[in-house]
Amino acid sequence: MSERDGAGADVRPSLAVWKLASCDGCQLTLLDCEEELLAIAGAVRIAHFTEMSSASVSGPYDVSLVEGSITTEEDAARIGEVRRSSRTLVTIGACATAGGIQSLRNFSEPGSFARTVYAHPEYLRSLETSTPVEAHVRVDLALHGCPIDRGQLLEVVAALLAGRRPVLPGHSVCEQCKSRGTVCVLVAGSTPCLGPVTRAGCGAICPAVGRGCFGCFGPADTANTASLARRLAADGVSPDAVVRLFRTFNAGAPAFEKESRAHERGLLAR
Amino acid sequence: MSEGSLRAERTVAVEGIARVEGEGSLRAVVRDGSVSDVELTIFEPPRFFEALLQGRDRLEPPDITARICGICPVAYQMSSCRAVEDALGIDVGPDIAALRRLLYCGEWIQSHALHVTLLHAPDFFGCADAVELASLDSAAVERALRLKRVGNLVMETVGGRAVHPVNVRVGGFYRAPTREEVGALEGPLREALDLARKTVEWTSGFDFPDVTGDYLFVALHDPDRYAIDSGRVVSSAGLDTDAAGFLEAAVEEHVERSTALHSRLFGRDEYLTGPLARFALNEGQLGPVARRAATGAGLVGACRNPFRSIVVRSVELVEACEQALGIVGSYAPPAPGAVEVPARAGTGAGATEAPRGLLLHRYEIGPDGLIDAARIVPPTAQNQLSIEADLRRVVERGLELSDSALAARCEQAVRNHDPCISCAAHFLDVEVVRT
Repeated sequence: MSERDGAGADVRPSLAVWKLASCDGCQLTLLDCEEELLAIAGAVRIAHFTEMSSASVSGPYDVSLVEGSITTEEDAARIGEVRRSSRTLVTIGACATAGGIQSLRNFSEPGSFARTVYAHPEYLRSLETSTPVEAHVRVDLALHGCPIDRGQLLEVVAALLAGRRPVLPGHSVCEQCKSRGTVCVLVAGSTPCLGPVTRAGCGAICPAVGRGCFGCFGPADTANTASLARRLAADGVSPDAVVRLFRTFNAGAPAFEKESRAHERGLLAR
Repeated sequence: MSEGSLRAERTVAVEGIARVEGEGSLRAVVRDGSVSDVELTIFEPPRFFEALLQGRDRLEPPDITARICGICPVAYQMSSCRAVEDALGIDVGPDIAALRRLLYCGEWIQSHALHVTLLHAPDFFGCADAVELASLDSAAVERALRLKRVGNLVMETVGGRAVHPVNVRVGGFYRAPTREEVGALEGPLREALDLARKTVEWTSGFDFPDVTGDYLFVALHDPDRYAIDSGRVVSSAGLDTDAAGFLEAAVEEHVERSTALHSRLFGRDEYLTGPLARFALNEGQLGPVARRAATGAGLVGACRNPFRSIVVRSVELVEACEQALGIVGSYAPPAPGAVEVPARAGTGAGATEAPRGLLLHRYEIGPDGLIDAARIVPPTAQNQLSIEADLRRVVERGLELSDSALAARCEQAVRNHDPCISCAAHFLDVEVVRT
């Protein structure tokens, strides 16, 4: 990788971190690698990471990590520039991979959100939709989660440094519950839980505290959302509540969006 | 004298203030040697939280509003819980309240350790970042990383996850951690307390630009302790009210340059929240270890030099460790871990102290248990006008500096307030225009 960065003596691969519309939590996960942070900073050249450093080196970059969704014309143009200057582009977190919680505007009447919050919506330069990065440019690797998992982030950084494909799960949270011995909250307690359709990665931390999974990591590879929705209905969960359950941080992920739209009539009637 | 000051017209610009959370810009206009205008512009894309909360269940605000800020999700969870509980007439009682405060101390430790050493301290050494700082003073950076780890450990133990905890609910917790789990925090917190005291000693020896702000301070005040998540909203001008009362007094305005709404008290006065305000109004409530650390650092009475906020923030690190140790020492799992949450209509407000300042939420809940209206007033939006006033003072006192030095000083002045621009709605680039 070193011959690409053109930095002369510095042979370390370069890493850039970018932020679009988001909460900073996924970038913070990189800073949360407390024990590994200085080792990472030694193994890669951090070329652009505004939250951490006021030094910034222009591209090209070996790896770009992108947090956040596209909600403005400027960011739509910026992600194109990031793509052109990056050898490998990795999206990190639910905003970058699915549009984030701010994609709820995609389900509302255009302009209504801005009018609710701001006295002068005409001052804003914001798109009517919040869309994932892959809707705009080619993405090499997606790291899911709201927030992403520290262990998975380290796996991605280690794999990219070693030039191998990172090992990331595509199975559901259910498998993680089974492996940690958590009693199923859906079967045993009829607690609404998205675990059967949600990608593993968090460690199944919600059922471990007795609450249902609320889908931070988005749909698993083979999510049967319709089957889960029928089960929820049989347990007495209202169509509106089913819509809200599928419609949070990964509302824009295709499997979750399709399922929530299938139940939304009740919500629109409100 | 630098070349810059000899020109009648001068522009200094910084594209993107680093080491803050989110994106904004800054512009100062200097005309004939005096500052005529200063603007802090926040154009972080708006995410419309108050709108997307409409029609959501009354139990959802802690999970949804946590996503406003990955650095201080607990602050959002705590203010939203308090507001919903106020609306529904719930009192969680002292045991759940103590466990919540322990979680909040974890966030203060994590956030303050991050800001003091990794984001703010590099300014005082002329470093670009903490990695460069580590090459000069590795012990200081390692101390901060260890402190941060302990803060995250508290959040993981009580909240189930460091970023966007999952164990918080309206009414309390899904599962109260066991006595053993909480007891295991005592050793790490004792170590953290010692590291925090060393951090106070370290930061108190920095060189501080001589700048004094005439701030109107606003903070929560609790006679029983240094307020984090309890008490009334008070000001240095004698205001004393509750969250709902303060929300009526803090009038927000939408200006063209910012997606953060500016707050003025009574539609008139700019005010400051955060560590300087808390210390000025609550110094008497500091725990004994934090008080000794403050005195040792020369902090007695209100501190009005914004550059010394790094010392105050370090004292608050000590305070957070001390409060956390107190809770851990007498912990018994609250039973049940959460009180019942009735389905009824109501309107309520809640205020807590996020690491960077006062955070208020207000909700109107309909008879169907769904949210009809939400209002969120984050610290950086409230502080924006005071930060602009600071910038004006910094530029006025720094006219002899070169363009690059003045721009760097301005950036540092913004970082003094640990702005969370994602919270405020919101890209910071600095531009000084001299005409």
